[in-house]
Amino acid sequence: MIAMELRVDNLTVARGGLPVLEGVSFALTAGRALVLRGPNGCGKTTLLRTIAGLQPAPVGEISLDREAMAYGAHADGLKATLTVEENLTFWAQAFGTDQVEAAIASFNLDELRTRTAGTLSAGQKRRLGLARLMVTGRPVWILDEPTVSLDAWSVKLFADVVREHLKAGGMALLATHIDLGLEEADELELEPFKAVSSLGDSFDEAFL
Amino acid sequence: MIALLTRDLRLAMRAGGGFGLGLSFFLIVVVLVPFGVGPETALLSKIAPGVLWVAALLACLLSLDRIFALDFEDGSLDLLATSPLPLEGVAAVKALAHWLTTGLPLVLAAPVLGLLMSLPASGFGPIVLSLLFGTPALSVIGAFGAALTVGIKRGGLLLSLLVLPLYMPTLIFGAEVARRGAEGQDYMTPLLMLAGISAATLALLPFASATVLRVNLR
Repeated sequence: MIAMELRVDNLTVARGGLPVLEGVSFALTAGRALVLRGPNGCGKTTLLRTIAGLQPAPVGEISLDREAMAYGAHADGLKATLTVEENLTFWAQAFGTDQVEAAIASFNLDELRTRTAGTLSAGQKRRLGLARLMVTGRPVWILDEPTVSLDAWSVKLFADVVREHLKAGGMALLATHIDLGLEEADELELEPFKAVSSLGDSFDEAFL
Repeated sequence: MIALLTRDLRLAMRAGGGFGLGLSFFLIVVVLVPFGVGPETALLSKIAPGVLWVAALLACLLSLDRIFALDFEDGSLDLLATSPLPLEGVAAVKALAHWLTTGLPLVLAAPVLGLLMSLPASGFGPIVLSLLFGTPALSVIGAFGAALTVGIKRGGLLLSLLVLPLYMPTLIFGAEVARRGAEGQDYMTPLLMLAGISAATLALLPFASATVLRVNLR
């Protein structure tokens, strides 16, 4: 994997047409992880969605194309009536990779392989949702509260997988309140970036 | 793309997937109409093409809100939008999957149900042909409506109101093909119009659906 850098420069992110964060700047180099911190509703998810390319940024630059990002949201995007393996295989095919077996092994899903996702516990679903990131084969992982409903052992499993990903030259951008056991990760407090001004000229946007 | 199609078809076949929903609705309506109208064969065979077409259209409408809503709720739509698949392709494949699970069974069931409605013998070919050429348009237009209402909880009513006027041309020409066929007249002109509508919606609407989805995902 070639060394790359995710550079976010003076980014404003908006929710419903109103800016929530302003002037967010940070750089993330290959092999590093960045944890975003901030109170509920401060715009962590909005920032992640903007960087993942799901919504446009009114102001600011994101250096990497959305093609480099793998986005993991609150919802895992699992189909309840498909088995663990079918769920992963679909996403692997959609992203054009063949890392299903590696993902199953990393998240210890082997025993659950033929269970339908609907019968999994919340923590098992979460593990499957995180395993999906591995099959994307993309360098930048964007994770929104990745360890919600995971037990301590699974959190460690997750931290190991992220570390492995970083070692291979990947990057991870995480938003969380919980300690992830990733001591080497940098942290960014979002509170100082809270938007104060309104966007003014794009007033109509609020009604879209 | 093929992976998405097989996934959607597999989902439709599994429990609670909604495969057969449209088909059984079609069956119920067409079985009930003769009871409601009375046992006059002449009247039945006269209204058969229209009833079959209206029933097929409503059966299509019934399963439209599932096209994107389920993927939106469980977060798959966000993930699909960030995947290498173009959203236009996603919209087209979703419409195709809807047609394969709803439209195609209707086409195949139409001759059997035509028998129940005492459709004249000359009308069987045209009703199948008209549904075959018309139902793809219903699915593609429906997918566009579903994309428009994707973020809205219980958007079914709005979806029906949005989509019904767009279904009018398809219904008019489709039913015209079936009626002319049943009466033994030449039905080439309305059939070509119908095929034209299907071809145009198929070519244009996936792009509109993708644009609308992008706006709705913001």
